[in-house]
Amino acid sequence: MDLDFDVVDLDESNHPDEGSQAPDFVRPLVNDEYWEDVALSELTAGGPVLLVFYTMDGDFPATYIWNELRDRAWDDDYDVTIVGLSISSPYEHKTFIDEREMSYRLFSDPQNGVAEEYGIVNDLDGMAGISEPRLAVFLIDEERAIQYAWVAQEWPEFPDYDEIEDELAEL
Amino acid sequence: MSESTPTTDPSITLYRLQACPFCERVVRKLHEYDLDYRSRFVEAMHTERDVVKRISGKRTVPAIVDENTGVTMSESANIVDYLDNTYGAEA
Repeated sequence: MDLDFDVVDLDESNHPDEGSQAPDFVRPLVNDEYWEDVALSELTAGGPVLLVFYTMDGDFPATYIWNELRDRAWDDDYDVTIVGLSISSPYEHKTFIDEREMSYRLFSDPQNGVAEEYGIVNDLDGMAGISEPRLAVFLIDEERAIQYAWVAQEWPEFPDYDEIEDELAEL
Repeated sequence: MSESTPTTDPSITLYRLQACPFCERVVRKLHEYDLDYRSRFVEAMHTERDVVKRISGKRTVPAIVDENTGVTMSESANIVDYLDNTYGAEA
């Protein structure tokens, strides 16, 4: 994008990188019908997982990223489970899944503890007391080793979807 | 013995609605008998409860599935009786 002003740079992130182990966590995982506590390690036990941290369920950032992921439908072609995580409540996640007409499940983490574990907290300017993850994508294998990590360095910045697809092809 | 131990894959699944007294009644009984269970939360609108209908034939909650015994059951009074008879002192 060609803008005549600077996009906001985020502070340097301190996230786990390729080769290190992804921190495990348990949070309510929401599908189109219900939610229940699920551990990341339960998902990785079944195969590689693409964990997508995104902004609270709402307007354009969340919509852009999930429309793109829905339309690319990587899980049709690759052995991967795609899940999201935001600070939105399970009720909002259910509505969001319905509205986006997507089949992916979303973790709910209103207290943003998982983003803290992953070193990707974004304190929101102008929304007192609210922090959320910055946009980030981690491809995690069966041993919970991180195969690919991308974390936004600008606000906003979106992942390179083609790059992720290349990584999936190499699994 | 709580909802936060999903990795142990408990054999009892409870379909529940937040703050539903009938559901909490069943939860109390599960705690009383120190039973490991998994909570699945659904929403209040009955049309949103197809998952419960699929497992129990009704859209009402609470509903439980107990893989120990192969029992699926609705209605809190029935469930409480069932838990008493299966896991209680006289069981």
